[in-house]
Amino acid sequence: MTSNDQNPAACPLPLTEYPHVLMAHGGGGKLMSQLIERLFMPAFSNPLLAQQHDGAVFQVDGTRLAFTTDSYVVDPLFFPGGDIGTLAVNGTVNDLAMCGARPLYLSAGFIIEEGLEMATLQRVAGSMQMAARQAQVQLVTGDTKVVDRGKGDKLFINTAGIGRVEDDVQVGPEQIGSGDAILISGDVGRHGLTIMAQRESLAFETTIESDCASVAAPVLDLVRSGVTVHCLRDLTRGGLASALVELAVQSAKEMIVEECRIAVVDEVRGACEILGLDPLYVANEGCFVAFVPQSDVDLALSVLRHHPVSHAAERIGTVGSGERGRVILRSAIGGQRVVDRLSGEQLPRIC
Amino acid sequence: MKYVDEYRDAAQAERYVSALRRVTTRPWVIMEICGGQTHAIVRYGLDQMLPPGVELVHGPGCPVCVTPVELIDKALALAARPEVIFCSFGDMLRVPGSQGDLLSVKAAGGDVRIVYSPMDALELARRHPGRQVVFFAVGFETTAPANAMAVYQAAREDLDNFTLLVSHVLVPPAAEAILSASGCQVQGMLAAGHVCMVMGYEDYEHLAARYAVPIVVTGFEPLDILQGLYMCIRQLEQGQARVENQYVRTVRREGNPQARQIMQSVFQVVPRTWRGVGEIRRSGLNLRPEYEHFDANLRFSIQDITAAEDPTCISGLILQGLRKPPQCPAFGTRCTPEHPLGATMVSSEGACAAYFRYRGAAGTEKRA
Repeated sequence: MTSNDQNPAACPLPLTEYPHVLMAHGGGGKLMSQLIERLFMPAFSNPLLAQQHDGAVFQVDGTRLAFTTDSYVVDPLFFPGGDIGTLAVNGTVNDLAMCGARPLYLSAGFIIEEGLEMATLQRVAGSMQMAARQAQVQLVTGDTKVVDRGKGDKLFINTAGIGRVEDDVQVGPEQIGSGDAILISGDVGRHGLTIMAQRESLAFETTIESDCASVAAPVLDLVRSGVTVHCLRDLTRGGLASALVELAVQSAKEMIVEECRIAVVDEVRGACEILGLDPLYVANEGCFVAFVPQSDVDLALSVLRHHPVSHAAERIGTVGSGERGRVILRSAIGGQRVVDRLSGEQLPRIC
Repeated sequence: MKYVDEYRDAAQAERYVSALRRVTTRPWVIMEICGGQTHAIVRYGLDQMLPPGVELVHGPGCPVCVTPVELIDKALALAARPEVIFCSFGDMLRVPGSQGDLLSVKAAGGDVRIVYSPMDALELARRHPGRQVVFFAVGFETTAPANAMAVYQAAREDLDNFTLLVSHVLVPPAAEAILSASGCQVQGMLAAGHVCMVMGYEDYEHLAARYAVPIVVTGFEPLDILQGLYMCIRQLEQGQARVENQYVRTVRREGNPQARQIMQSVFQVVPRTWRGVGEIRRSGLNLRPEYEHFDANLRFSIQDITAAEDPTCISGLILQGLRKPPQCPAFGTRCTPEHPLGATMVSSEGACAAYFRYRGAAGTEKRA
């Protein structure tokens, strides 16, 4: 037994050299991993949490359930392709789907800043209702808090969700095997670029819309169709690159990815070129990667392409035989490089 | 995507690499000056495609990297003031001063904002007349015209709440400092295409003649860099040393006269200290006396700050092309992008960060 077990809140490592929390601690990169590993994991340590999935999967009286939560703090509240309400429903639905679960019930907690227009709240509630209907989930419990003006930014929403996992579904990084094909459900970077384009300080003209959507339907179809799904992960903060690196580390497998097979729409590519960003690190909200055995690739792609949200599904790489948890990207020009996680959010470059 | 895909074509790249192999008969050391080129070289693995013996060394062309620590400390002090909205390009935010970085100042309550253009900072000044907007004017000749334009506009509008903290640097004096240094190994240079787009390349003609090195004005896409290297090595093999322009789709010999004119009317050439290198004469820009009321140094009368660099950091040697990142004892151990000791690790264009990101913590990861 380690000293940690006796005193779970004790931190064995120096937290970080930062005395204050930075934005990067929530950016999905290395600083966030450090925060979770060094501060939260020791405090709450248990085997389910240690798996570090998008949600926890456990049995209650013989029924397998998936349980997850997420908070939504997007600015602006409304953006082309969605709003904070659609994100709050779809994000949690997608986290459940990534456990291989059928999403069933959601909770919603609203933290509202004093002075928010009632019409805004109504619009958000309407979006949530519609998103829930489309994803076939019910919002069954909730909470409302109002904070003083200036103590919150208009509206924050937390949602938690419960889903049912079929007995024969085993999805997780530990299931990833050498030779597995890596599939992606669509093009990368659309949500992140949409939000960036809307922000005051980076306003530029664009027609990009967020890809915010539920991916539960194609995932459930994939599972039902008989495809052996080894692992699923949705691409949110940190984008495709961060998701793959995380999975490579968790599964201790080498992943080889072909850059030219990763779709990036022209608007996103163009904006990334101008801002000096790498689209592989830009967020999605309706896109995921799936790891399936070679023999199931054709079936899996045809099932995915049947759904509008994943009609552009494509195979982008393969899990190699190497035991080193890392991601190798074959560049379009023929060179290769190791893909790493970023420290925090990508910052636009000078020139 | 048009105008991008053409310059990342694998078959063309292979042809350029073959041509390079044919023309190269012995080892050569070539410096690419610009950090954007360093980034592309490491990102696409171009250095691994070159004929044996052709070595690329990375130059001082990352404005973030060469901004002196004293100036970063000034920026931190300004950004912490309650009346100030401090605006900066994104990649300055993580650059460590002697105590913390702009992100830490922001976390502690400072109003620090990322802008994409100095014009956005100017717009903030118009919209917040009760606040003081300070723009961190960092960069080479590429960003100077837009920054000059912002000051020019602010003067026309009589804005009294807009200032620049100026840290502009100029490439040719730094290139000359490298070429004239004793022990210089550099035999040929790739000049930074976008700097030449503004300034033209007449300055480099004197350098090429004086130091007998071929200089090729080069773009930033993989095929640009391979072609630039081909042109440079062809000259070296033929014993020539002149300026050639690979980046003809963007660069003219005289540069952009309008951009040069606005720069010259707002800025004057001054000596400038380069982080890790030291002071280089006539290597920077500062506001002319008639625009000095837009100088944040004067508006806020910040005292000169002196700060010490971490003694193990060899970023100065790296910026001069005398060492490569993996040769630093701190590389990948004490010095990482999360905890950079020097600026070459922090900027995405810095040589150390590029090696760390694309080659791993040992910095030596070859073609996997």
